[in-house]
Amino acid sequence: MLSRRIIPCLDVKDGRVVKGVRFRDHVDMGDIVELALRYRDEGADELVFYDIGASPEGRSVDYAWVERVARLIDIPFCVAGGIRSVETARAVLHAGADKISVNTPALERPELISELAAAFGVQCVVVGVDSVREADGQWRVRQYTGDPARMRAPGLRTLDWLVQVQRLGAGEIVLNCMDSDGVRRGYDITQLRQARALCQVPLVASGGAGSMEHFAEVFEQADVDGALAASVFHGGVVAIPELKRFLRGRNIEVRDDR
Amino acid sequence: MRVVLVDGGGSNIGSVRYALQRLGVDAELTADPERIRAADRVILPGVGAAAEGMRRLRRYGLVEVLRTLQRPLLGVCLGMQLLFEHSEEEDVDCLGLLPGRVTRLRPGPGVRVPHMGWNTLEKNRDAPLLEGIESGDHAYFVHGYAAPVGEACLASTTHGRRFAAVVQRGNVAGAQFHPERSARVGARLLRNFIEYGLA
Repeated sequence: MLSRRIIPCLDVKDGRVVKGVRFRDHVDMGDIVELALRYRDEGADELVFYDIGASPEGRSVDYAWVERVARLIDIPFCVAGGIRSVETARAVLHAGADKISVNTPALERPELISELAAAFGVQCVVVGVDSVREADGQWRVRQYTGDPARMRAPGLRTLDWLVQVQRLGAGEIVLNCMDSDGVRRGYDITQLRQARALCQVPLVASGGAGSMEHFAEVFEQADVDGALAASVFHGGVVAIPELKRFLRGRNIEVRDDR
Repeated sequence: MRVVLVDGGGSNIGSVRYALQRLGVDAELTADPERIRAADRVILPGVGAAAEGMRRLRRYGLVEVLRTLQRPLLGVCLGMQLLFEHSEEEDVDCLGLLPGRVTRLRPGPGVRVPHMGWNTLEKNRDAPLLEGIESGDHAYFVHGYAAPVGEACLASTTHGRRFAAVVQRGNVAGAQFHPERSARVGARLLRNFIEYGLA
């Protein structure tokens, strides 16, 4: 049976792992490779590295650390941040990443998703979506979220965008519910359930994990394939081995690496 | 022991090479027919689409080399699918080293495609390639097409339907999952392949 994935997300800025609250005020969390190895040893199912400085600064990720991570870890990982072309994606994949995730560049130029799918297969192409609930009750996407000063709202409804990216060739979607991000009050179940109903491809929940219960809730109530989190893992609030025991106790299928 | 990785341009070549390095094996990356024929172990990695994978093998003149290889050959992910007769993905003829056709996985209730993540293996029979790997062990899969459970199937996995996860017939073997990204189980499969060949 397919396991539900537990995915620590490492936000990378200037070659270090950082974490902010609601995408602001980044605090240094440690060395990329050290944290990657720690999570691998604890039983993380996959890692996501988000180069949050890349898109706002108009540059792509620096591949040296991608290769260092690829050499050392034996679980899959995805790299996001500033991937704007097939050539950049190729370089990141050749450095050893298993998947690439596009967010802002896909909003700038949606055909990028199709170009990546044609070049590498849909299974390599993750589309990250940053979503905010607006005053009219609709969720809409945000871009350039790595830098609050440059963040933009292109006006696109999140649920429309989810349908469109699948048609273009997204092999997986990470839905980051920004209203919940970093505040540890639980995943945005309402939004994720609506997203789930529209996603035939794997859907990963992001934003809001604060306790083990939140992970159980998002798997049970929103039927997501994976749950991504950062601060609860970095800060030691939730330990992955204990989390997996907890989920197993709730009859949620998780990987057990014997 | 000379281990070569067939350079078919697949994007997981680096990862497979690193996985072998973690086992102390320095594999040579090559598309040279002579070097591939002369190797003790040959690994055909692959990520992407079947038609493009076959085009690359033809362009480098490797189709016959792989078809007539005497030494143990291991296909990984798309590399395993290419070992079969045909793939439904863009309707392409493959190497034909194993009987059967690769077909698309269909989405359904609770079944998302591509099949992405850690799924359990079910052993059909014991083989040196699967030493230390048991039914219920998890391996990491990422694919939208899958090979049938035929005579060559050593282990299967279910996602919507049951499909071949590890295959072997004679000197030809394959893993649908990614051993380079499947933690202990993946390392064990690669080590078994290097140490035992396909005896």
